[in-house]
Amino acid sequence: MSAPTDHNAGQDAGPRPSQELTPGPQSGGPEVTEVRHGAFGVHGSGDTSGFGGLTRLAQIPGSSGRPYGGWHDAVVDALVEDLAGEGLTEAIEKVVVDREELTLFIRRQDLVAVARFLRDDQDLRFELSLGVNGVHYPQDRGRELHAVYHLMSVTHDRRIIRLEVTAPDEDPHIPSLFDLYPTQDWHERETYDMFGIVFDGHPDLTRILMPTDWIGHPQRKDYPLGGVDVQFKGASTPPPDQRRSYS
Amino acid sequence: MTSLDEATEEFVAFGGDWDEIAQELARRKEERVVVNMGPQHPSTHGVLRLVLELDGETVRETRVALGFLHTGIEKTMEYRTWAQGSALATRMDYVASIMNEAAYCFAVEKLAGITDRIPPRAQVIRVLMMELARVSSHLVCLGSAGNELGGTTLMTIAFREREQVLRFFEMVTGQRMNNAYFRPGGVSQDLPPEALGWLKGVYRSMVRGMDDFDNMVMVNPIWKARTLGIGVLNLSACMALGITGPMVRAAGLPLDLRKDKPYCGYENYDFEICTTDTADVYGRYLVRSNEMRESMKIIAQCVDKLEAMGEGPVMIEDPAIAWPAKLEIGPDGQGQSHEHVKEIMATSMESLIHHFKLVTEGFRVPAGQAFHAIEHAKGVYGVHVVSDGGTRPYRVHMREPSYNNLQSMSALCDGGTISDVVVCLASIDPVMGGVDR
Repeated sequence: MSAPTDHNAGQDAGPRPSQELTPGPQSGGPEVTEVRHGAFGVHGSGDTSGFGGLTRLAQIPGSSGRPYGGWHDAVVDALVEDLAGEGLTEAIEKVVVDREELTLFIRRQDLVAVARFLRDDQDLRFELSLGVNGVHYPQDRGRELHAVYHLMSVTHDRRIIRLEVTAPDEDPHIPSLFDLYPTQDWHERETYDMFGIVFDGHPDLTRILMPTDWIGHPQRKDYPLGGVDVQFKGASTPPPDQRRSYS
Repeated sequence: MTSLDEATEEFVAFGGDWDEIAQELARRKEERVVVNMGPQHPSTHGVLRLVLELDGETVRETRVALGFLHTGIEKTMEYRTWAQGSALATRMDYVASIMNEAAYCFAVEKLAGITDRIPPRAQVIRVLMMELARVSSHLVCLGSAGNELGGTTLMTIAFREREQVLRFFEMVTGQRMNNAYFRPGGVSQDLPPEALGWLKGVYRSMVRGMDDFDNMVMVNPIWKARTLGIGVLNLSACMALGITGPMVRAAGLPLDLRKDKPYCGYENYDFEICTTDTADVYGRYLVRSNEMRESMKIIAQCVDKLEAMGEGPVMIEDPAIAWPAKLEIGPDGQGQSHEHVKEIMATSMESLIHHFKLVTEGFRVPAGQAFHAIEHAKGVYGVHVVSDGGTRPYRVHMREPSYNNLQSMSALCDGGTISDVVVCLASIDPVMGGVDR
């Protein structure tokens, strides 16, 4: 087993993912989120394996072009028409169809308007909210916090649509959907608790799973796990988030 | 012996918003009493805390406090491989643990794009196990509800039949609960040869046990008096609160993802969606009771299918994903297959490398996100998985039906009597392991 210093070296040294490789949201192809080097999560030590030269790109699907396929076109058309009626032509930042799932990236100030159309328009009718979930992307500068909503249409064939709204770490505010979907109550509280996303307009945005006096938001990527070193015969194994991991 | 001093010792309840609520009531000079129910209370279904504002016998306000069983499973998953996630997901809703791991595995398979390559035998075994889990979960719900209304016999009947399910689980997976039997790509091992015969042997007695239960309960005047018209939540309230599962089907909406968006081959089975329109506690138990019989129908079809299809793989035939280790009970009582150990330790270096790589490093899932919803015993169970292309999940989130449905507590209880609080709570059927995760 490696000495503990090796684990730490793997964290600090070596090539880190570079931000300039992330193209803008308008790009049609896949978006590179990270460039990974090597195989074993160790950088800066002598490479005896030959795997050090390995380079992998982590690519997420970029915005999709028409046709989106299936019912997705009809839904996007109906929504775009509704939004145009309100002058909100810029509300949808990007449309991604991946693994037969439709994701709409929504400008955060327009979230409530978009959700209202999705719920009330007779061609859309996404009546059932399946809650909100946060995802923290520290490398996505200016868009670190993502709130991901899943809505189901009971009227139209139990379709499920995903909305994604982003907010920067410095200004973690996203409008609440509590007024449209009362079920968002606990889901927004949980997302606030876990990620620190403040849902403006929520009637009682308090912690729900963690104790009320807890400091920090545990599901954020920069939140330390706070594990204890495991000692065995003089060597120690660090907590899981500081261990070497496969790159 | 307890001395008089100890017996009369005073205990003071602190913590949370308790003081504020009590002071606020004192200030308003209303004759309301605040009662703290839980987190340790035999009928709060685990560690749930209810703060009830009472006006005599009438509940004026219900507040729900959660988090006593929060174990950070979603966070832990981010530091374990994709395959290990199954063993974590199963610990969420421990009464229907098979279903949690099922939903997790379906989501990972969707993300990895291997849904169509799961062997048919694995799919049938999965349906069989999921339906048994549904029966088991509904039996716990009905039995403990009966117990809370004073009918301990109802609990013993329900738990007696549930025991058969757990025995079958133990026979197949090695564990009664927390099975970690479903893995991304299939199931961990095939059914043992005696399993189906054993299940057929207890099948009739299980159905008879359900009949026993129904005969004691569904026409029982006391049961009816306690449940009919209690805890009414109509369809529009259900939609607003995102309520799914037996609660929304008791309100008349046939929302059942097994029929609506079939997964895992549910379109190949003959069963009905059970609904009723009473929207009350009675209706919810009626729906669950009928649903168990529909599940038994599906189980019988699974047994027929499995016997008809014969032997076959139960794990995807992709060496980059399929778990290499074979499991069997060895002479030492441990689960490693002797043949497999012999192969990797003595005959094939390549097998050893492959085994080591897959077990320690795991497989990679292409970057992106996927959402898969299944019809859990408690409602729509959605799993949102995000991958950054690595060997571990970037983020996993469970949309837990118990968590969501528990939001309806004040809608169900406010304005009712305190004796109905437990009845309403039991009709939601929350499992705190799933609620708090």
